[in-house]
Amino acid sequence: MNFRWEWEVFLRDTGGGESYLDWMISAWGWTLAVSALAWLLALVLGSAVGTLRTVPSAWVARLASAWVELFRNIPLLVQIFLWYHVIPALVPPLKEVPGFALVVFALGLFTSARVAEQVRAGIQSLSRGQQAAGLALGLSLPQAYRFVLLPMALRIVIPPLTSESMNIIKNSSVAFAVSVSELTLFALQAQEETARGIEVYLAVTGLYVASAFTVNRAMTWIEARVRVPGQAAPERR
Amino acid sequence: MGLDLSFFTWDLARNFLIGGLIFSVVLTLVAMTGGIFFGTLLALARLSDRPWLAFPAAGYVNAMRSVPLVMVILWFFLLIPFLIGRPIGAEWSAVITFTAFESAYYSEIMRAGVQSVARGQAAAGFALGLTYAQSMRLVVLPQAFRNMLPVLLTQTIILFQDTSLVYAIGAYDLLKGFETAGKNFNRPVEAYTLAAVVYFVICYSLSGSVRRLQRRMAVVR
Repeated sequence: MNFRWEWEVFLRDTGGGESYLDWMISAWGWTLAVSALAWLLALVLGSAVGTLRTVPSAWVARLASAWVELFRNIPLLVQIFLWYHVIPALVPPLKEVPGFALVVFALGLFTSARVAEQVRAGIQSLSRGQQAAGLALGLSLPQAYRFVLLPMALRIVIPPLTSESMNIIKNSSVAFAVSVSELTLFALQAQEETARGIEVYLAVTGLYVASAFTVNRAMTWIEARVRVPGQAAPERR
Repeated sequence: MGLDLSFFTWDLARNFLIGGLIFSVVLTLVAMTGGIFFGTLLALARLSDRPWLAFPAAGYVNAMRSVPLVMVILWFFLLIPFLIGRPIGAEWSAVITFTAFESAYYSEIMRAGVQSVARGQAAAGFALGLTYAQSMRLVVLPQAFRNMLPVLLTQTIILFQDTSLVYAIGAYDLLKGFETAGKNFNRPVEAYTLAAVVYFVICYSLSGSVRRLQRRMAVVR
């Protein structure tokens, strides 16, 4: 077996006036854009759904559970196909929406179910007395959530959300299946065109790992910033 | 535009879906069995006092866990033929990839499982004259496995969902079966919808069983 590195492959022209390196950088940008927007969507929807799962009203909690079960029990790739092939066919106005946005919705809603589970667990980990104390002080239920429960719960769930935010970068790779020009699609196509799969895959893998690591550091920093004073800080990372 | 499911017949299921479903299920079962076996070995290696065992095991697990599964699938599909010198089908490549990849995830579960068993248990084994291997096999691992059973099964449901990613290398699994049927009958919308329903029914009922198991175990303990 004689293998020689050929990193010059990244300087080759793709045929469109740009090099493979240029293409890879722009693909990295798409990966980060999909992940960041989907993460935003997942945080907002996930916090809302996770909170609703803990409210006293049975049918609201059941509806929120149904949301979680729906998005947790269908493979992400199938969900992306649903958004890309099925929903625009059923709702014609959505045909104008670019594939990129559909993937953001798919990934965001998929991740919102996981975020919701963490937020629910965070709220339920608070002692029951917290809510009772809020209500006893004359707060309404929404106020008790707004001023007592959520400020604690949302900070408690940051460590599990850190791993979700790294998962979302990894999961964004599934967007290749509907031709969003992100890193994995770049890897597939550049491998095919240049036959230098090892160099291409190594570079792409490196970018994924670097992105996830950066997000991990950022979340750890946020965690340290918003830590509840006096609460035991877990010694980790 | 509504959904027209009239194209969906038993003939279609027999011709396109059964083969894919069997592959998805076999892939899941093989990767689960192999993954739990190698994952347990990896977990024991990581918990070992010997750095030459612990470090490579930790490195392997962390590497697998920090790379997207699709990239791991592509890597193995590229590297296996390169290493053994001849092409290997997408299906075999998928079996090897998922076993190797899931080992890393199962090993994290088994590591937590071993750590959940009180230290005195292993010590009691040694005190009875058992060797390390015997006290692991007869005392610690059965308890670790039992404690972690719900988590291991939940991971297996995730594994079953993830098998759909063999799409990247074109292996013929359940999703591919639906897609092919949809293409042949020019009914892609209905085919993808049915695929989602079938995956949902399978995964939802499995996770329901895991929840029931968890409740029953909680009572016993």
